[in-house]
Amino acid sequence: MKITLEQVEYVATLGRLYLTEEEKSKYLNQLDDILKYMDTLAAVDAENVEPMASPVELFNPLRDDIVKPSLPIDEALANAPALEGPSFKVPKIIE
Amino acid sequence: MEYEAVIGLEIHAQLLTSSKAFCSCSTKFGAQPNMNTCPICQGMPGTLPVFNKRALEYTIKMALACNCSINGISRFARKNYYYPDLPKNYQISQYELPVSEHGWVIIETEQGPRKIGITRIHMEEDAGKLVHDERNPVSYVDYNRTGVPLIEIVSEPDMRTPEEASSYLKTLHSILVYLRICDGNMEEGSFRCDANVSVRPVGTVEFGTKTELKNMNSFKNVQKGLHYEINRHTEIVREGGRIIQETRLFDPTSGATVSMRSKEQAHDYRYFPDPDLLPLRVDEEWITEIKNGLPELPAEKKERFIKDFGIPPYDAGVLTASRELAEYFEEVVNYFNNPKLVSNWIMTEFMRVLKADESSVKDSLVKPAQLAELLRMIEDGKISGKIAKTVFDEMWATGFSPDKIVLEKGLLQVSDTSELESIISKILDDNPAEVKKYLDGKTQVVGFFVGQVMKASKGKANPGLVNKILSEQLSKLSA
Repeated sequence: MKITLEQVEYVATLGRLYLTEEEKSKYLNQLDDILKYMDTLAAVDAENVEPMASPVELFNPLRDDIVKPSLPIDEALANAPALEGPSFKVPKIIE
Repeated sequence: MEYEAVIGLEIHAQLLTSSKAFCSCSTKFGAQPNMNTCPICQGMPGTLPVFNKRALEYTIKMALACNCSINGISRFARKNYYYPDLPKNYQISQYELPVSEHGWVIIETEQGPRKIGITRIHMEEDAGKLVHDERNPVSYVDYNRTGVPLIEIVSEPDMRTPEEASSYLKTLHSILVYLRICDGNMEEGSFRCDANVSVRPVGTVEFGTKTELKNMNSFKNVQKGLHYEINRHTEIVREGGRIIQETRLFDPTSGATVSMRSKEQAHDYRYFPDPDLLPLRVDEEWITEIKNGLPELPAEKKERFIKDFGIPPYDAGVLTASRELAEYFEEVVNYFNNPKLVSNWIMTEFMRVLKADESSVKDSLVKPAQLAELLRMIEDGKISGKIAKTVFDEMWATGFSPDKIVLEKGLLQVSDTSELESIISKILDDNPAEVKKYLDGKTQVVGFFVGQVMKASKGKANPGLVNKILSEQLSKLSA
């Protein structure tokens, strides 16, 4: 195993995923397979290959700095589970 | 044992673009909550971010001004964290392959200039604003600021004192404002600073455990916060204690720093390349074009002022701290070639009213040509330096020319000898007791007579002439 159950739980917590015991062991095996695949990749001789920023030879398009209309306020707030005036209302979390 | 501090700063500067980093919403400050949002900056599924060309241009400007190298290819990354100020639950930032690295700036310290290394300058998007309810366990979220372009400037741990940190901060602030890519407003948060600080015995090279300081929203608070934190570290280490690596908040009311004791677990941002954004390419030609368009920067300007105008380094430093002020100075000198007098006036009278009215150079009703005219009137003896201050205040308030004000208010200096003679002889007649004191050898009463003459002439008497006539008349009396 290249990954522990604790690591799976840790990653799940960071992603706010609440997993059953069954799911945990399922993901443990799947993640393990993925990590094993990295070993296969690591075995490739890439000594003389330039590192690349992306697998495609395309670069990011840029846009001009022009303001366009934003969403009307009622649409901007349409998906809010809770509101206070024009603000989204959320449980208080003080870091 | 003596300890020294090791300080590194992270500066976040909002770029002065009209639209956001990855969408076309306005960046305007002060709009009603959530008025400037769209599906992209709200992180709706199915949207794609497209980067703002001007934000990239501004970042390159700053990078070049800080002697950084520009990476021909850079990449955006996702910084993942779970907090409601970000609707996507990640911030688009740069991690591996930032747009620029390996720069430096020169700062002024009491021991002379010092070179401070810059690790990297990268681009990212700002987060939204949370207002916490005082009574209820809820917060209100405004996403207007979400997606506003920022640059993060990371220094090397090259600073040793809070004063150096403050000098570095001022230097970078001034460069950003000179380049007109950031408004530099610390209160509104367009220029923010976090500090990493640790202590170690003087003479050692290994770093101690560091803490990160946040919430120091003024130059003064950065110094205060660092002083507090360095003392805290030093005391703990002296007593054989251990520093805990953590983030601490500066409390401006107590001047202390307090642990943030986060309920969240240790920050684990799990950076990875943003699959929504392709690598960013910057070609050499564009870099050269931007380089050629850079304005004269504060340090160069200061040197030139000292050399070309022969003004003291202190004056040159004050005048070049703001690009607008420096340009104003140069224009006045253009009309009236006495740089030291111009510098004195700008540093005292002009800066006094700017500060009192919280006004800016460009809004000044006193145009450079008019200030030059006023200074010429002093030089020509038409008005005294003291009256000139009154005239200046009037110019500041009304925008009228000094000529007009002096004429209308009858402020022309009295240089008529016979008029002054009669004023002075009347004052001597009216004050026999003081005259007697003078004749008894208490020559300091001359000051009293001069004061009386100024009072009688409403400050308009030519001071040189007053002194001359006064000493003539007094010497006649003592003869």
